[in-house]
Amino acid sequence: MAFEGLSEKLAALVKRMKGQVRVTDKDVKDMMREIKLALLEADVSFKVVKDFIATISERAIGIDVLESLTPGQQIVKIVHEELIRLMGSVPAKITYSSAPPSVYMLCGLQGAGKTTTAGKLGAVLRKDGKRPLLVACDIYRPAAVKQLQVVGGQLNIPVFEMGTGTDPVTIAQKAVAHAKSMMYDVVIIDTAGRLHIDEILMDELKRISKAVKPQEILLVVDSMTGQDAVNVAGAFNEKLGIDGIILTKMDGDTRGGAALSTKAITGKPIKYACIGEKLGDIEPFFPDRMASRILGMGDVLSLIEKAQTAYDEKSAMDLEKKIRNQTFTLDDFLEQMQQIKKMGPLQDLLGMLPGVDAKALKGMQFDEKQYGRTMAVIQSMTKRERSYPNIINASRRIRISKGSGTTVQDVNRLLKQFEDMKKMMKQFSGPNGKKMLKGLGGMKRPF
Amino acid sequence: MGLFDKLKKDRPGIEIDAGTMPQEQSEQPEALEVMRDSKVGIFTRLKNGLMKTRNSITTRIDQMLAGFGKVDEELFEELEEILITSDVGMATAGRIVEDLRLRVKRDRIADGDGVRRAIREEIAEILASEAGTMQLRTKPSVILVIGVNGVGKTTSIGKIAHMLKQEGKKVVVAAADTFRAAAIEQLEIWTNRADVPLIKHEEGSDPAAVIFDAIAAVKARGSDILIVDTAGRLHTKKNLMEELKKIYRIIARELPGADMETLLVLDATTGQNAVSQAKTFSELGGLTGLVLTKLDGTAKGGIIISIMSELNVPVKFIGVGEKIDDLQPFDPDTFVEALFGLTEL
Repeated sequence: MAFEGLSEKLAALVKRMKGQVRVTDKDVKDMMREIKLALLEADVSFKVVKDFIATISERAIGIDVLESLTPGQQIVKIVHEELIRLMGSVPAKITYSSAPPSVYMLCGLQGAGKTTTAGKLGAVLRKDGKRPLLVACDIYRPAAVKQLQVVGGQLNIPVFEMGTGTDPVTIAQKAVAHAKSMMYDVVIIDTAGRLHIDEILMDELKRISKAVKPQEILLVVDSMTGQDAVNVAGAFNEKLGIDGIILTKMDGDTRGGAALSTKAITGKPIKYACIGEKLGDIEPFFPDRMASRILGMGDVLSLIEKAQTAYDEKSAMDLEKKIRNQTFTLDDFLEQMQQIKKMGPLQDLLGMLPGVDAKALKGMQFDEKQYGRTMAVIQSMTKRERSYPNIINASRRIRISKGSGTTVQDVNRLLKQFEDMKKMMKQFSGPNGKKMLKGLGGMKRPF
Repeated sequence: MGLFDKLKKDRPGIEIDAGTMPQEQSEQPEALEVMRDSKVGIFTRLKNGLMKTRNSITTRIDQMLAGFGKVDEELFEELEEILITSDVGMATAGRIVEDLRLRVKRDRIADGDGVRRAIREEIAEILASEAGTMQLRTKPSVILVIGVNGVGKTTSIGKIAHMLKQEGKKVVVAAADTFRAAAIEQLEIWTNRADVPLIKHEEGSDPAAVIFDAIAAVKARGSDILIVDTAGRLHTKKNLMEELKKIYRIIARELPGADMETLLVLDATTGQNAVSQAKTFSELGGLTGLVLTKLDGTAKGGIIISIMSELNVPVKFIGVGEKIDDLQPFDPDTFVEALFGLTEL
């Protein structure tokens, strides 16, 4: 995509400027055009981009070409900062009513993911110590009530429904009364998907809202939405007065410019992001990560966080010691692989690295099974073999391959790999080794 | 920009429904969709469905052209912007405007009307790449419907089944979305509306097994067409894309030589990601057409221009509403005419 190398493109423009005393208007204009294209390619609304560019231009003109080493990167940083500022600097929390139950009403276009999100929201609020009740107010879409029931069943969260023959306003009212009597302190209302220009159905939402006075009206928005996001969010906000936004389908490869558009047009915070098909796949929305994603900078923060949870500092230090003392064994190798595996599928991990083109990854086949095979080979060795691989002779190799369901060639390959690695490690343990190792950090793959 | 307010006023179509809808809807929501508007002709419905698209694009082009008497650089930039805000996408918008620029120079077009005609022809050229009819000559033949989550696959299948049934075809539908909660029930309601048989298993069962059984049913009944519903899957999920390949394999094995249409359903509201979706799904091989849904909103559906120019996969149907016959064959000429409002339908 044209967007991948925004910082490179800006750097090229800056290079051209070298030798100039000042950044000219034309220079800024060229840079702004690149930023504009980048944001548009990410589906940020045209109107929002225009306003955004105006803000950025002001800040960019102040940059000194000669002083700063990488003005291109500096501008990307400004863009990044402004994006974060626009999306809300801190994650917005969901609010609870002081007089329970807290009622949340989900609304949005057809197919945005309201029903699934209703379940996910219930699960996440339950973790917060609440007793949620799901309410099926979508009486129009075939089997929508059933879908919510199945979702509720999977999560073990009760669902209030009155079939498809009752007015949604009545269902909502009865559900809240039911929640009060049964001591549910959170009520999540799933409404039918509707077009924002459908006056009758929009009016229905208004009536539900008037009847049950929700603590928050949450607009569910598909993160893949294009330029229309501003029309949709604007209309829902104008007619209903929404309190927050939930972004869905973030596990795809969309840049998610809709996040920026909806926030900018409504001024309402994005509260949650849905990141997968499983009912636990919902997380608070982090503006800084979204800004990186829109800019194609990679989700470094998520990666670091994943690495942190999977890899504690102590084991990293142990490893460093072992490498330096050259006591790194096949057992350590095995442990290393298990650590990496804990961080999730390789493809996901690589996709989060900045500069890694998601498109380039697409063609690559990551053989996760190879991982399992390698681990099986090591696990089929005796303790002694793992510590002293030199003793593994031909008959041991045959036994190991049989034990792990692999071939002798697989065993040979692994042993060769391990030997190479040890050779490499020898270099680390030399006089300059300590420095090199520091640079590698704890999460570098050992092979 | 006030565009939205303008659209609200410009929607006489909605006003007509307003009087009858609420009562009917609360009593008999299902029968309603089938019955409503059955008297209204195909062109009216297409026109209504496309009105938002047309109004927004053409009104703005008109406004713009009125503001710029002469043909200059600013005009081209503005034109490019209009295409972009219709989700056409940067690359395609740039290409169209470049072509337009050359054309204006070559043909010495000096007025707004001429520019307008020229850009319409540019877009028509891209859209008219291939005829959008389904190629289902063998008996039985297969329609496989795929797409990401929430684009309207199940609804589109209901509409396609209804359309084929109206044409006198014997249709069987396979409920191979065994993943999403209540997807089977949803499809069952649609097949009941269309009055075609449905082959289903339990939720959570193997989709390939459902298709295997459906093919057996098609053979036993001597049916003409098997329509296969699949679970929504983001194109980035490798294992789910592998599952699709398995579905392909089983169809090829059980029905060798059968004609097959693989239709990718795209939501008109989707932005540039639709291109990525189309590309990835087409890499599976065998993608023969697109279904563009939800054109009855304010989304402009410009993304198909981008997809057709990059992939050359034709749009076969467009969805313009929630009723069972709100699915129209895609006609490039009608689409462009309606889009630019030059010809009244």
